[in-house]
Amino acid sequence: MEDVEHIEKEVKLIDANGVRLDGRKYDELRPIRIEAGVLKRADGSAYIEWGGNKVLAAVYGPREAHPRHIQDPARDLVQCRYNMAPFSVSDRKRPGPDRRSVEISKVISEAFSSVVFKEQFPRTSVDIFIEVLQADAGTRCAGLTAASVALADAGVPMRDLVAACASGKIGGVVCLDLNKEEDNFGDADCPMAVVHGTGEIVLLQMDGHLTYDEFQKAMELSLGAADKLFELQRDALRRRYSVTLEEILRETPPPAPAPPPEEPREFEGMPEEPGMGSDVDKELHDDDLEPEGI
Amino acid sequence: MEGSGAAVRQIVIPGEAVGGPGLKPGPGTFKSGSQILAAQLGIRSEREGHVSVIPLNGRYLPQRGDAVVGEITDMGPSHWLVDINAPYPAPLHATESPWRVEFGDTGRYMKVGDAILAFVLSVDEIKRIQLTMQDRDARKLNGGMLVEISPTKVPRVIGKSGSMISLIKDMTGTRIYVGQNGRIWIDGPDDGAATAVLAIRFIEDRAQAVGLTEAVRDLLETETRKTGRTSP
Repeated sequence: MEDVEHIEKEVKLIDANGVRLDGRKYDELRPIRIEAGVLKRADGSAYIEWGGNKVLAAVYGPREAHPRHIQDPARDLVQCRYNMAPFSVSDRKRPGPDRRSVEISKVISEAFSSVVFKEQFPRTSVDIFIEVLQADAGTRCAGLTAASVALADAGVPMRDLVAACASGKIGGVVCLDLNKEEDNFGDADCPMAVVHGTGEIVLLQMDGHLTYDEFQKAMELSLGAADKLFELQRDALRRRYSVTLEEILRETPPPAPAPPPEEPREFEGMPEEPGMGSDVDKELHDDDLEPEGI
Repeated sequence: MEGSGAAVRQIVIPGEAVGGPGLKPGPGTFKSGSQILAAQLGIRSEREGHVSVIPLNGRYLPQRGDAVVGEITDMGPSHWLVDINAPYPAPLHATESPWRVEFGDTGRYMKVGDAILAFVLSVDEIKRIQLTMQDRDARKLNGGMLVEISPTKVPRVIGKSGSMISLIKDMTGTRIYVGQNGRIWIDGPDDGAATAVLAIRFIEDRAQAVGLTEAVRDLLETETRKTGRTSP
């Protein structure tokens, strides 16, 4: 009975049974769905739905870095733009870069800098675009997880996939993957990004306070979540090509007809009879492009 | 998906183990400790003790000897700059052109916007590219049209020792050059060229399909019948 006045004072983010507002346990993720290759014009792309978050990631490159003065003669740049759509939050977000999105862009590009093989593409830039269509806390983790899939989809050489998930503290309990209410009214939020194979942490931020022990617990939760996310990322990439995989396995190369030898043509621009160009093809397309006698 | 573990080809994602001791890392892979891991999304391939990953997607990276279809984007007194769809600028020096070009006279031979078939002369360790047209097959491409496809699908368009591309050329009566950079130049009668483009797009969409050559032959036959052309 005396509890009644308590309830009015503050929202209980996690009840005595350890169940959160949305019915999750302390170590549960929100439902997540990832799809790779959703955009046609970008070199690589991915879309992620993570609870209430809807995030689109696109990757271009490696391509010539512009303006020229930002080029690095020894390695490529990993540039990232994190942007929230004006309609992504309940109050209209004023469009354009602000302090927060500039910061997130910076930490995400630094996270990917450590996994992309930058030495292979000197003077170029890999551009990552993260567009948040709908936000529900944890957009930088969702964006980073999607961007990692988009990078792989673009064929950018990289050491490993990166997955990110936040942990935080609500009502004194360390919990995984805070949602909007938990983030707004919770005690701490700590996003981290993990390289799958090595367990390296490539992004680590914190809002609020955690003790050392709480932080250890949060890190453990996030590392566990990263493994689950990795599986979702891997499945998304496999799914993109799975239709073709079966076909690849069954594939038998067609028999190659031997091109008939013929005398070299001397005249340029002369209308050819169809079927005469085979000496050109042979030279252009054989694996060893050794020029024949010139 | 991995039902056929014995199959030679298997899709790998970056960071996935593709081989251990006894194998050497080839293109698209890297070594981490004793393991060889994939650096790219692609198909695992093992050949002569080397394990490599054939990328399923990605940009064109020039290699020495590649035939490329390029477009002139800029001109200097003794060179042309060519766009070959690579992340780097590709200059063609006047001495590497098929003509004797006087200093400052580059514009008389090729202007901005012209298309050429050239060869990659060299790519150095900092990815500086040089092109050459000192080759029997290199030429300025007059007339015709350019089609662009993903560079990873070029081998399928060409086919085994050129089988696919000669099929398209024979059945459409067109002249076609396929650059390793994914640019394809097509010249010929309008309906034939249109059919060739259709066939190339068909191959691009189904790059991994079985019996692609036969499917393309069927497509070309129905198309040529539609346009009323008899295939030569």
